[in-house]
Amino acid sequence: MSDKKSILIINQSAPYASSKARESLDVALTCAIFEMPVSLLFMGDGVLQLLKGQQPEALQTKKHEAMLTALPMYDIDCLYVTSSDLKLHGLHSEDLAVPVNIVEQKQIASLIQQHDTVLTF
Amino acid sequence: MMTLHLLNKSPQSMSLYSNMLASLSDNDSILLIEDGAYGVLDAHCKIFKDLPDAVGLFVLKADAEARGLSERVSALFEVIDDNQFVELTCQNEKVVSWY
Amino acid sequence: MKFSLVVHSSPISQQSAATAFRFAKTALEAGHEIFRVFYYGDGVLVANSQIAPPQDEINLPEMWQALAKQYDIDLVVCIAAAVKRGVLDDNEAKRYEKDSANLVAGFELSGLGQLAEAIALSDRVITFGA
Repeated sequence: MSDKKSILIINQSAPYASSKARESLDVALTCAIFEMPVSLLFMGDGVLQLLKGQQPEALQTKKHEAMLTALPMYDIDCLYVTSSDLKLHGLHSEDLAVPVNIVEQKQIASLIQQHDTVLTF
Repeated sequence: MMTLHLLNKSPQSMSLYSNMLASLSDNDSILLIEDGAYGVLDAHCKIFKDLPDAVGLFVLKADAEARGLSERVSALFEVIDDNQFVELTCQNEKVVSWY
Repeated sequence: MKFSLVVHSSPISQQSAATAFRFAKTALEAGHEIFRVFYYGDGVLVANSQIAPPQDEINLPEMWQALAKQYDIDLVVCIAAAVKRGVLDDNEAKRYEKDSANLVAGFELSGLGQLAEAIALSDRVITFGA
């Protein structure tokens, strides 16, 4: 790749009921493999992807939490959630499966500005 | 650095609208497309009227016309055609799609 | 301007897939370049040659095929998403022991690396989802 464009992936979907959550992580991993800096922002229901203690065995589907915990192996460690979205779902950082940067809603605009491309899922 | 936000759901998708609005910078633009075109109804202008003046508000003509909105577009919005849609994506540095 | 489009939406049940086409056509006619259209999720369904829309409805597979031929654009369908949804080229049909291939000519099955490349090399990346 020529210049390493940075990517912000905005996740608004909860896992399991829709394929979007999984699809976004597949894209994140691929871009990271190509050494493109990737950040993930979880907004609204997207925050629910991060909930720890997921046990999807009865659904016979892959555990989304496992994919999230693998992200640092691909140098993806810039995960963001807003404090208001955590509050919306009554969650705190200790409820989450992975470390995240908790930001204020008004910081989202500058997150977008800091990245070359924004993908939404 | 300006961003174009494309929004294609009606204002009934309140969380989508609030996520989009939370992401706006002052010089950004919003283009309502597909069902997003329903956002031009006066009943929904409270969503948009308090945005900074520098935020551009647009609706895609083909989508407004299809939905019977041509005579119902709030004065807040500029109606643009497909060519202008393409131009908007050129004028803004990135495009964020809310769907 | 060099664009790449990412199309997530089903060509049949959602308008967004048609909006993506209209955007591409308008941009090309205005003299811009479409580097790649990458079909992901249900967007891959547009590459199914078995689609038979009624006469009075648009035929997106044929429309994309014609546009790609006219302007030499790269239509890439995510192979993992496609295979899951029954859109197969000859290789995949053989691999999965399916009766036949159904990938529309002019589309190509490939990996997410093509999306990463499109992002790296395009001026604008636009997502069409529903």
